[in-house]
Amino acid sequence: MSQFLPEFLQGYIPNAIQLIYLVATGFFIVGIKRLGSPATARSGNQLAATGMLIGIVVTMFDREIVSFEFIIAGIIIGALLGAIAAKKVQMTAMPEMVAVFNGFGGGASALVAWGEFARVEPALIPADGLVTTGLSILIGSITFTGSFIAFGKLKGFISGGRIALPGQNIINLVLTIGALGLVGWFTVDPEFQAVFWTLFGLALLIGVLTVLPIGGADMPVVISLLNSYSGIAASMAGFVLDNNLLIISGALVGAAGLILTNIMCQAMNRTLPAVLFGAFGGGDETAAADTGDKSVQKTFADDVAIQCSYAKKVVIVPGYGLAVAQAQHALKEVANLLEQKGVEVKYGIHPVAGRMPGHMNVLLAEADVPYDQLYDMEQINPEFKSTDVVLIIGANDVVNPAAKTSPGSPIYGMPILNVDEAKRTIVFKRSMNPGYAGIENDLFYSDKNQMFFGDAKKSLQELAGAIKELD
Amino acid sequence: MEALIFNLFIFVLAAFVGFELISKVPPTLHTPLMSGANAISGITLIGALIIAGGSDSVYAQWIGFAAIVFATINVVGGFMVTDRMLEMFKKKEDEK
Repeated sequence: MSQFLPEFLQGYIPNAIQLIYLVATGFFIVGIKRLGSPATARSGNQLAATGMLIGIVVTMFDREIVSFEFIIAGIIIGALLGAIAAKKVQMTAMPEMVAVFNGFGGGASALVAWGEFARVEPALIPADGLVTTGLSILIGSITFTGSFIAFGKLKGFISGGRIALPGQNIINLVLTIGALGLVGWFTVDPEFQAVFWTLFGLALLIGVLTVLPIGGADMPVVISLLNSYSGIAASMAGFVLDNNLLIISGALVGAAGLILTNIMCQAMNRTLPAVLFGAFGGGDETAAADTGDKSVQKTFADDVAIQCSYAKKVVIVPGYGLAVAQAQHALKEVANLLEQKGVEVKYGIHPVAGRMPGHMNVLLAEADVPYDQLYDMEQINPEFKSTDVVLIIGANDVVNPAAKTSPGSPIYGMPILNVDEAKRTIVFKRSMNPGYAGIENDLFYSDKNQMFFGDAKKSLQELAGAIKELD
Repeated sequence: MEALIFNLFIFVLAAFVGFELISKVPPTLHTPLMSGANAISGITLIGALIIAGGSDSVYAQWIGFAAIVFATINVVGGFMVTDRMLEMFKKKEDEK
């Protein structure tokens, strides 16, 4: 669009664009900073979006851009698809949504590198430009197919279990080294088209093969990691185009993804290599069926209503099962009724409750639970000793004492919510089936525990009714 | 090569800024943070604009077009869904 400007201004355009990019960078940094606190988060996101808009508009004035048909058509189509998806998606499906958006972002970065390669005579690209083009294609393509496999696993199109060939890890390692070798070859001989296409195809394949073996329970880690990749891919595209805004924004996102990946790993007591190369979760490990002489105490709505109504403090521990049953609103009603009776109600949220970092908080926010009632694991754990009743709804592994007591258990060492310190625990559960990770839970057989069997939503509605009747 | 080294400095410094910014985010906000960061990674759209609007070959323009569609889905969808989530986060007093 620079041709529309008066001639005396045209000479300033390249520098002006760079300076405005610097402003957009500032918007991103302050935006991410503000995303760090609930009170400022919304404005932070809007600030980042404004930065993006500034960056896009000013790029239109780049003197390289001469035709706008493809740009306008592409933006309209992409904006419509993105807006519809964002409006329609259910909050329970957020992990899938993020995975898909991630995939598109990574794919776009690979396409940008490919496009740059297609539009410039290969012989004219310097060696450093070729290295970054190759890396951009590699990382972008892995992000693209990896994200769609993660999406398929989360949606249930693809089995959550480990799908792997014998020696899968070695195959993946060889393929990755091979792909890096191809990046090197491509740099030396960019005019040899077959190398470029083999690299592209191999990168897409690696994305599939590395995510396919990872169990469903580890998906939060994978999504965080792919998020990081999509940032690095954008950064690489920035290297290809010599564009600082891309490099910086991509690096910010890459760092964010890595930190979240690390937080997720800690919360699940898993190392990143174990997630990527080991099998765990998604129900491929059968539980030791050693339930012989143990028995559980059953309870019903009326009894739970009385116990909760006369308690001083009730802590609610929600898990993904709550969201599956769409019982958040019923839960909120129970909490409201108890508060009206003067009971102190808090929510204890395990970091991996839900299927991505912080997912449960979003689901409860959707049901209008105020965020200052939600407590992190570190905040709530010291409080269980003074808690009268803990309601555990749709959660299992995150309250399993085996994580503390039995070194042989696959979840041993995972930080858990210490609900067993409370005076009474009540587990809302459909049946005695073990949880997502397929591990037996001794909490259920404790003297202090009672089981309230049934669909979470129905049970909570019954409980709300029973509390009302107490008046 | 000098350009590469210079860009590498920017990349590494920005990554450190990213680590500092994000390491203090409370778990409550991890999902919106991730989807917001995800939207920012759609910045690659700017590269796509240059490919689609600045190429002589129609072949490269089509690649750029596909890149624009992908990146715009990421940007528009990402920011909108993040806003939708954050809109729901309320403090207790706001309820009344």
